[in-house]
Amino acid sequence: MNILLPALSPTMEQGNLVKWLVKEGQQVNSGDILAEIETDKATMELESPDDGIIQKIIVEEGSENIPVNSPIAILKVDGEDELPNSGLVVNEKSSEAEVNIPNDIQSTSVSISSIFNNQVTDDKNWSEKEISMREALNEAIAEEMDLDKDVFLLGEEVAEYDGAYKVTQGLLDKFGSKRVLDTPISEHGFTGLAIGAAMAGLKPICEFMTFNFSMQAIDQIINSAAKSLYMSGGEINVPIVFRGPNGAAARVGAQHSQCFISWYSHIPGLIVVAPSNARDAKGLLKSSIRNPNPVIFLEHELLYKEKSNVPSENDFLIPIGKANIINEGSDLTIIGFSMSIHRILLALPEIQQLGLNPDIIDLRSIKPLDEECIYQSVKKTNRVVIVEDGWGNTSFGSHLSYLIQSNCFDYLDSEIVKVSGKDVPMPYAENLEALALPTREEIISAVKKVTYKN
Amino acid sequence: MAKKISNSFTNKELLGFYEKMFLIRKFEEKAGQLYGAGKIGGFCHLYIGQEAVVTGILSSIQSEDTVVTSYRDHGHILARGVDPKFVMAELTGRKDGISKGKGGSMHMFSKANRFYGGHGIVGAQVPIGVGLAFAHKYRGEKKISRVYVGDGAMNNGQVFEAFNLASLWNLPVLFIIENNRYGMGTAVNRSAAGKELYERATVFGIKGEKINGMDFFEVSQAAIRARDHIYENSKPYVLEMDTYRYRGHSMSDPATYRSKDEVNEMKSNDPILSMKNKLLKDYKINEDELNNVEINIKKQIKEVEKFSLESPLPEINELFTEVYL
Ligand SMILES: Cc1ncc(C[n+]2csc(CCOP(=O)(O)OP(=O)(O)O)c2C)c(N)n1
Ligand SMILES: [Mg+2]
Repeated sequence: MNILLPALSPTMEQGNLVKWLVKEGQQVNSGDILAEIETDKATMELESPDDGIIQKIIVEEGSENIPVNSPIAILKVDGEDELPNSGLVVNEKSSEAEVNIPNDIQSTSVSISSIFNNQVTDDKNWSEKEISMREALNEAIAEEMDLDKDVFLLGEEVAEYDGAYKVTQGLLDKFGSKRVLDTPISEHGFTGLAIGAAMAGLKPICEFMTFNFSMQAIDQIINSAAKSLYMSGGEINVPIVFRGPNGAAARVGAQHSQCFISWYSHIPGLIVVAPSNARDAKGLLKSSIRNPNPVIFLEHELLYKEKSNVPSENDFLIPIGKANIINEGSDLTIIGFSMSIHRILLALPEIQQLGLNPDIIDLRSIKPLDEECIYQSVKKTNRVVIVEDGWGNTSFGSHLSYLIQSNCFDYLDSEIVKVSGKDVPMPYAENLEALALPTREEIISAVKKVTYKN
Repeated sequence: MAKKISNSFTNKELLGFYEKMFLIRKFEEKAGQLYGAGKIGGFCHLYIGQEAVVTGILSSIQSEDTVVTSYRDHGHILARGVDPKFVMAELTGRKDGISKGKGGSMHMFSKANRFYGGHGIVGAQVPIGVGLAFAHKYRGEKKISRVYVGDGAMNNGQVFEAFNLASLWNLPVLFIIENNRYGMGTAVNRSAAGKELYERATVFGIKGEKINGMDFFEVSQAAIRARDHIYENSKPYVLEMDTYRYRGHSMSDPATYRSKDEVNEMKSNDPILSMKNKLLKDYKINEDELNNVEINIKKQIKEVEKFSLESPLPEINELFTEVYL
């Protein structure tokens, strides 16, 4: 039986073999630790799948970037004759039952950092380094906590565990347990607590392990955080940031895969931000922490590892409410944000092959919305495609298309086409999940439709 | 030496419970391997180490009773008697999965086996379980709803609301707190104020006790006590199980928040090994019989694996079905 490099997390694609704990010829039992593997998030132990003898070690310790599922050792299983189709043996046959996923989105690892690195969003000469969105968010929090003693961080597993997705790594060590707090699994309680603390002048950063769990606390977010300033006639403001991963990660099913853009942008009193890359993430998170209003800061798990050039200076900020044109063209306008920007970029080469060069607008802020940027582009291109991961029914994209048609009616040369997540709870199966989200084919056919290339 | 403490089960029945525990262990080991091989995706929370809880409770259940639990549900649905091949095919996201591949590891259900999920949001299953009890009482049925809840989930507000409702309305529900000492990376003493978790139910007038959840016989006796209390008094009951998960929270958790010594100490108290020893010594079940059970389960797991990998992906049109009836 081949022992393969295991996938130890939903997003792991390769790993490093840190150390072998067994030797060739050694007898092992099911469950014995064979090796230490380093993943994108942690160092994990590889257990023996069965009783047997380590016949051969294929991959030496110290090897890096080994693709998931490649053989790293051979285990001769005691006595039993092996099933030809064992899941641990990669063979043509078993992978045939595998999916024919519309070959794109599953690999979100396509590096598009070059696109974001070429953006000049401001004219200052920053000293920049290439870091991941995970690191950029971490820097933003650390810098603002350094600058302002009233900023503190709370959430599940943010402190001792370094964050469920490692965004808050090292912050406990740096700022101590007074300012970095692990909460119990009590979202409604700790959200209300954070809002109360904000009313008293502190500036909490409230992490939801994922935004799915913000639903436990949505009453406090809407009824207490969003409305207090207005209800109090301007007396009580709530300077708070709610942040965490939003949208569909990978195969985590119906209750853990939903996009809250449309939900929260519906609410007067909330600011909603959704960056697509590391640079924007840092600049926007810093602006959000300094903002005197409640901010919903929507990250995306699949983008945490995406890298781009990010300024190291304390005063690097990206203003809330400013969109970013990441590709300039004249044939049509494609609008997205967060993950959907990456879906658009994956479709871009094919769109260009159609002889079309689009304006691609990364909204970055959903509320307030950079209407000027959008309308200017639409008045130039006269055609619009909107891509959103969330459900299309009564969605933010629907509202956006309403805004565009009422502000640019005379400039439109075709209907506006919206590509949204399908109107179903997120299925678990690989093939269905890929189809539930906007696919590259759908984006391309939307582009063809608005340009009459069908 | 352990005493023979339960006379109410025949040796055949005890062997059946042993088989169940062993099945859950081997099933979960295989699930872990298939996850590593990329055949299972997303989150996958294994039940290894906690088998005595679900099996001990099983020994007190009537087939008409209902059960509901969290996302750590593979062992629970197996305990309810669903064929493991349909459970594994759900994990691999295939057509023959118990939820047709649409639910995944955290979302499995079987009405035929009175298993109501399979819930991914911490704490959500607790009021749902109280609702199942409400329906039993409403219809005048002699059924008990059994609700499993984690130690971490015990800090979720709706759990307290559910306790209050269950007691206020005298509903036939047994709450089983699976205190495996950690909610993800957070040890109970870092998340829960107060002394014992089950006391959070007793303040609402619910009778309860704490049990060694690593021992089938102790769990079974407590479960029977609890059942009889519910039958006689038409009131809820709570059992807190002191138990342990051997693996990380999910497949991607390296579990560095606890020491190797701690894990090894808990493993030395293994529920399956200790049951096996008792069956040999106190019940004079012979070793061949036990070995046979194990060999058969290992064989079955190979078939289960094969089935789960050969079953096709769901049809594309399944994407849009079953959103509404
Ligand atoms: C409302 C909510 N918050 C957070 C999570 C993420 N989460 C999943 S499991 C878990 C820990 C639960 O621990 P416990 O109740 O002890 O159950 P165990 O995993 O130990 O079985 C957390 C925080 C969630 N699923 N739902
Ligand atoms: Mg627990």
